[in-house]
Amino acid sequence: MKSDYFVNLLLIFISGALINNVILSQFLGICSFLGISNKIKSAIGMGLAVIFVITSSSVICYFIYNYILAPLDLSYLNTIVFIAVIACLVQFVEMVIKKYSPALYNALGVYLPLITTNCAVLGVALLNVEKGYDLVESIVNGFAAALGYTIAIILMAGIRERMAHNDIPKSFQGFPITLITATLMAMAFYGFSGLV
Amino acid sequence: MLTINLIASDFTAVYSAVLASVNFNDIAVATGVVSILGLVIGLFLGLASRKLEIVVDEKEAKIRELLPGANCGGCGYAGCDACAKAIAEGAASANACPVASHEVHMEIAKVIGGSVEATEKKVAFVNCTGTCDKSKINSAYYGPKDCKLAAGIGGNGSKGCSYGCMGFGSCVKVCAFDAIHIVDGIAVVDREKCTSCGMCVAECPLNLIELVPYRAKTMVACSSHDKGKDVKTVCTIGCIGCKLCEKACEYDAVHVNDNLAKIDYDKCTNCGACVKACPVKVIRQQSA
Repeated sequence: MKSDYFVNLLLIFISGALINNVILSQFLGICSFLGISNKIKSAIGMGLAVIFVITSSSVICYFIYNYILAPLDLSYLNTIVFIAVIACLVQFVEMVIKKYSPALYNALGVYLPLITTNCAVLGVALLNVEKGYDLVESIVNGFAAALGYTIAIILMAGIRERMAHNDIPKSFQGFPITLITATLMAMAFYGFSGLV
Repeated sequence: MLTINLIASDFTAVYSAVLASVNFNDIAVATGVVSILGLVIGLFLGLASRKLEIVVDEKEAKIRELLPGANCGGCGYAGCDACAKAIAEGAASANACPVASHEVHMEIAKVIGGSVEATEKKVAFVNCTGTCDKSKINSAYYGPKDCKLAAGIGGNGSKGCSYGCMGFGSCVKVCAFDAIHIVDGIAVVDREKCTSCGMCVAECPLNLIELVPYRAKTMVACSSHDKGKDVKTVCTIGCIGCKLCEKACEYDAVHVNDNLAKIDYDKCTNCGACVKACPVKVIRQQSA
């Protein structure tokens, strides 16, 4: 029974990070994915910030849903309550690291306001509820989804850095070639679908 | 009349049915939960911002306002905020910002209560004039259009001269002030826009760019240390190291070292004798 549970967690982890990658198969968080993937360094910063926020918001949203919304039969308020709670969490975290770790704030802080309304964060919180995950499963799924986001955005940044030196036809320069790249990456990630 | 009555009665029936199905209790609970949540979040964030307030040094904020705010990094700190902090803490001197003028340096010195020495205004200068029509192209180059990468490959892009500007514009990309551009295949500095932050100097893989005093009008626009004959085969304007300028100068300001003329800007009076003497016209005098 115990080992079944861990196998289940592993499955959630792999499917969250690779198979149901938030960006490349669920199309959540595309805005920041296309916006901040110019340089590997900023992509890593963004990825770390997303990992932190999604994992902690999974925990908070789990408690909010199970101890406030579900007992009162208010699960239709999920979206609006989660948005408010996540925005509050991000603001609070920003204040804390600004106060206690300016170095971390410089590395991560500029990306935090961008995450406040990132749909990947909200999407993961809502999916946790929809799939009926318990606390540990929610955390694992949140971390895995954020890791999937980080993998995708870092890969994209690497490709875009190389692409900057390439001779791209004029009509494809800039955004069009980025979208085509994202499409090809999504198709490549589709190959993971047989994994579980 | 009958139809109107029918519609009216239908409407009342539907309306009362809808009204009956609405559970006002539910609405009250939902509104209550969201309002309380909003209130709790508001109070929490308000208290947190009070508790976690950061006291910004007044000096630092004032200095930050005086600095140009281009975040070019020419001072060696990570942007203007970091530079302002260093100045306020005394880790950097009031003239740490190479971009700001002497007047701004004095203002900053006033804020931190010190004095500052006069700094001379400098501008970047590209030591190459081998434009497309003057410099020989000896190969076709299909690699990345980036100076550092091309320099790593060797062969200096498609240029015959191994010292000359490749013209891929890495310096243009790092300039925060729109002061350097590629014109006819080489980088040219706009002396009025240049703030001497030094980013292009650090970027150029061939070390072609140097900071010269703004008052200096006479410059040798070449970096080639090749022998005169070799220079001639790849560029019609390159310095051949003939030493005619050295002989023409009355102020001992020009010297040819390792086949390249170099002007000592402290001694140079911009008299123009070397410009007239130079057989390849590589010594240039700025008009203004």
